[in-house]
Amino acid sequence: MSEQAGAHASTGTYLRIAAILVMITLIEVGVFYVPAFQAVLVPVLLVLSAVKFTLVVMFYMHLKFDNRFFAFLFGGPLLLALAVVVSLLFIFYGAVRLRTGT
Amino acid sequence: MRYDTQEHAAAVAHGHASFMGLDNRKMAFWAFIGSECLLFGSLISTYLVYKGRSLTGPFPHEILNIPFTSFSTFDLLMSSLAMVLALAAVQRGDMKQGKIWLFVTALLGLVFLGGQYWEFSHFVREGLGLTTNLFGSTFFVLTGTHGAHVTVGVIWLLTLWVQALRGKLGPANAMTVEITGLYWHFVDVVWIVIFTVVYLIQ
Repeated sequence: MSEQAGAHASTGTYLRIAAILVMITLIEVGVFYVPAFQAVLVPVLLVLSAVKFTLVVMFYMHLKFDNRFFAFLFGGPLLLALAVVVSLLFIFYGAVRLRTGT
Repeated sequence: MRYDTQEHAAAVAHGHASFMGLDNRKMAFWAFIGSECLLFGSLISTYLVYKGRSLTGPFPHEILNIPFTSFSTFDLLMSSLAMVLALAAVQRGDMKQGKIWLFVTALLGLVFLGGQYWEFSHFVREGLGLTTNLFGSTFFVLTGTHGAHVTVGVIWLLTLWVQALRGKLGPANAMTVEITGLYWHFVDVVWIVIFTVVYLIQ
C-alpha cells in the first residue's frame, strides 16, 4: 500500500515500527538486569521509553502525517503534565532537604 | 494527496468539518487525550513523590515481577500493531481483515487485563493492599486507573467488532475506527511510561 493511500503509513512501516518497539523493550529489560548499567540505568531507561512513546505517537497515532493542530492539542497538555511532574518532584524533595538539612 | 487533505474532504462531505476544516470529532478527541495526559501526569507525580517512602513492606523490589510485566508490555505493543492494521483494513474497505484485526486487538487487551488481575491478586496474597503502605496506595491507583482505561478500550473495540459483524462498519465509518485507535494507542503509551517509571526504575 502506498504511503499516501489514506492509511497514513504502509503495512511494512507498521511492522517495522512494531519490531523496533519490541527490540527497545528487550533492551530495556536487558539493561535492568545487567549490573554494569546500574549507574546509568535511570537516564538510559528514560531515553528508551521516550523513543518508544514518540514512535507510537508519530506512526501509530499518525501525528507525523496529520495536521499540526492535533500535535498542538496533544503536545501542549503533555508538556504541561511533564512540568507538573518535574515541579512536584522539585517541591517535594526540596522540602524534604530543607527539613532534614541534607 | 496528503492524508489531512483527504480527511478534510471527508469531514466536509459528512458535515463534521470544524471552522478549521478539520474533523471536529477527531479534534475533540485529541483535546480529550490532552486532558488524559494531565490525569496520568498527576497520578505518576503522586507515585514518584511517595516513591521509597513506605515505612512497612512489601516493597517494590520484593514484589514486582519484571519478566511477567515485560510480557504484558509486549502484549500491549502487539495490540497497538493489530489496531493500526485494523484501521488500515477498514480504510481500504477490506472488512474481513478489519474484523479479524479488531478482534485480535480486543483479545490482546483482554490478555493484558487477565495479567493485571493475576498480578493484583498475587500482590494481595503477598500482603500488599490499597491501604497497606504508600507504595500500595499509589501503585494500585495508578495501574488500576490505567487498567480501567484498558477495560473501556476493550468494550469499545468489541462494540466495533460486533458492528462490523452486523455489516454496520465500513470505509465510511473509518473515522470511528481511527478515534478508537487513538484511544487505544494512548492507553499503550501510558503503559510505556508506567512500565519504565514503576517497574524498571525501582
